[in-house]
Amino acid sequence: MKIEDLKTYTENTWCPGCGNFGIEFAAKQAFVELINEKKIKREDIVILSGIGCHAKIVDYINVNSFYSLHGRVPAPATGIKIANPELSILGFAGDGDAYGEGLVHLIFAAKRNSDITMVIHNNRNYALTTGQFSPTSPKGFPGRSTPKGSPEPPLNPLELMLVSGATFVARAFTGNPNHLKEIIKQAILHKGFSFIDVLQPCVTYYNTFEFYRKTVYELKDHDSSSREAAMKKVKKWNYLDGEKGKIPIGIFYQVKKPTFEEIILKEKKPYGLPIPSLKKLLKRHNS
Amino acid sequence: MQKEYSVLVGGQAGDGIKQAGNTIARLLNRVGYWVFVYEDYPSIIRGGHNFAIIRAHQQKILAHTDKIDILIALNQDTIEKHSERLKEKHLIIFDSSSTKAEGLGLPLGEIVKNKGLPQIVRNTAALGALASVLGIEFSIVEDVIKSSIKKKTKENIEVAKEVYDRAKKFENSFKLSVLKNQPKPLLTGNEAIALGAVKGGLKLYIAYPMTPASSILHYLAEHEDELNIATVHPENEIGVIGMAQGAAYAGIKTMIGTSGGGFALMTEHLSLAGQAEIPTVCVLSQRPAPATGVPTYTAQGDLFFALHAGHGDFARVVVAPGDIEEAFYLTVEALNLAWQFQVPVILLCDKHLSESTFSAEFDESKIVVESPKLWKGEGEYRKYVLTKDGVSPLAFPGDEKATVKSNSYECDEFGITTEDPQLVTKGHEKRLKKMKTIENELKKKETVKIYGNPKSDVVLITWGSTKGAVEEVAQTYNLKVVQPLYLEPFPIWDLRKHLEGAKKIIGVEVNSTGQLCNLLEFKGLKVDERILKYDGRPFTVDELEEKIKKIL
Repeated sequence: MKIEDLKTYTENTWCPGCGNFGIEFAAKQAFVELINEKKIKREDIVILSGIGCHAKIVDYINVNSFYSLHGRVPAPATGIKIANPELSILGFAGDGDAYGEGLVHLIFAAKRNSDITMVIHNNRNYALTTGQFSPTSPKGFPGRSTPKGSPEPPLNPLELMLVSGATFVARAFTGNPNHLKEIIKQAILHKGFSFIDVLQPCVTYYNTFEFYRKTVYELKDHDSSSREAAMKKVKKWNYLDGEKGKIPIGIFYQVKKPTFEEIILKEKKPYGLPIPSLKKLLKRHNS
Repeated sequence: MQKEYSVLVGGQAGDGIKQAGNTIARLLNRVGYWVFVYEDYPSIIRGGHNFAIIRAHQQKILAHTDKIDILIALNQDTIEKHSERLKEKHLIIFDSSSTKAEGLGLPLGEIVKNKGLPQIVRNTAALGALASVLGIEFSIVEDVIKSSIKKKTKENIEVAKEVYDRAKKFENSFKLSVLKNQPKPLLTGNEAIALGAVKGGLKLYIAYPMTPASSILHYLAEHEDELNIATVHPENEIGVIGMAQGAAYAGIKTMIGTSGGGFALMTEHLSLAGQAEIPTVCVLSQRPAPATGVPTYTAQGDLFFALHAGHGDFARVVVAPGDIEEAFYLTVEALNLAWQFQVPVILLCDKHLSESTFSAEFDESKIVVESPKLWKGEGEYRKYVLTKDGVSPLAFPGDEKATVKSNSYECDEFGITTEDPQLVTKGHEKRLKKMKTIENELKKKETVKIYGNPKSDVVLITWGSTKGAVEEVAQTYNLKVVQPLYLEPFPIWDLRKHLEGAKKIIGVEVNSTGQLCNLLEFKGLKVDERILKYDGRPFTVDELEEKIKKIL
């Protein structure tokens, strides 16, 4: 399988130079490599998206997809995994999508360790609605809804995912698509909830490309099995603006825990079992 | 011999009134009576006032009456609140340790305390007294306790026996004739919905707790292993419907359940079901609204909400069972229709159906699980391929020949987003076609039920659980009853036929505006009178009798 095999016929409408291209490439390349390595099957891949610029990605990749609603990706993603645990589920969502509109679903998917991967296209603004501040915009962001500057400090989504119980927490940068591809591969292979915050410049409303290029560095000599070490590292950068210092990218945390689907489906898969007779149960209702 | 007996048992929350209602119902079921149990409780866990009315009849009944024969009082409050319900010939059974009244007073509290048992066992004691008064053999009481009380069963039986014997003075004062009928399963509406869903092929039930729908989740979670299903309780109702739709997209039959507030949260995804064509079955068990309303009571005020929830035009089915058998069979239908036509189906019921207990007669062999239209694996799979009936064949992820692209946007046949005006038009036309296809399917089914005297020119029209009281009153006055089972597509073809020639049409509903009456009028059918009730309580038979008498 080659990357061209995952192309659809539709025209790509992202702005030239958009960070989404890097994510699309990395995801496709990750799929191709995992398929060629026989680790997953093409027909078992399901991708999902929310609503926003990121979401068009499902139209551009020729695999099973579920174009969902704003903020809701983790909910149908979990439902698909419960329905068929053989599938590999990759949810794409934006920062406004996952950290704003649908934050509760993201936290609970992490909390229950659902075996899905969430890739957040974090361009730190609402771009498809023409440039408003998002949950990860720096304080003072001059968006169209906050012309005098955003009044709120940003969330640190990695810190939030760590305390929520995610068993795989990573950050990547679209300007380094091969590194991103490697992380996506590992996230897909990780059994449990995988979270990747992808720093993505928005060439039209918030072009952070040069800034990230100068500040990101890959984690080295980091013990990703230690929650304390991970917490220390994710706090190195709090999504503030005019940041001094550097932004680490890579896998901050990865541990193995039973997944939600394993727990609720137990040993049995109820789907293959027949519709039961109610005779015995009804007898207990009439004694 | 009396044909029917009504018993009211009351106490405070925590006294086990629900359990008392249940064991009394089992007792009367065991001696061959048809049973109906109404539960009335406030939204609190301890204190307040709870009661249950257990009505047993020689014939099938679907409602309770205001008037009662026997009042069982576990506290003084029960006497104060319910004495006026007592018929001329009556008996009060009360716990003389805590309550003053005339009748059969026994120190239930003391008896239980002396045996070192918790006060909740007083309701088993009361069961003993009741059985004695009704002249029911103690062995039946013993059986009922064995089958319904799992903790300290032996001690409970001892208490019941002591009280049974001490009630000698009133033994046989309401001597009931034991009937030859076989006991029937006693189920709540929610249990019937749960079991109907299982027989309809349900594999996954997902819900967030909300009265009065919660007991579907409780029941299915408790029995999931023997029913071959899984259950999930997610973060909120948006998570519920999103998860259910993900699972349905992957090919698993799911159902969700909630009440008005939770359904409000689900509406964006309901619209997604319309656009993306995802089979989505939602039980909407109504309670008084707006907003938090009166959480543990009943209403039929969400009909218009069910009909119109969700943005945009799309096909849906709204089906409204009114009794225990309808709850069972129509839930099978709800799953069938959702999967045959890939649409949202709302099973609209209310607290009165959900939480009341009925004698049930189910015939599992009558159930037909329809197969959805499946893709045959020829050519390239197109999830939204345009067809004559608007229904596209289904394929699911994991199929190596198909790429299954589901979309919340308007999309082309493959499921790729589009803004093209011609494709947008075609998308709408596809959904309109499905509305017509579903209507044609319903024309083959029973969509309206008729009771009473079919020749009467006075017609009572009602829906959902209210039909229980209406049907019985219609028998008394020899009137005709019309009950639409489906409210969308609205079976106007059937209703027109059944309402034709009526001199007087009287609508009976538990809401403040007469939503079904309004719907009928929108469709050009005039309703002459409206009997509406909106105090959170269902109609009782005697109450409705009075109201109809005034109109006739």
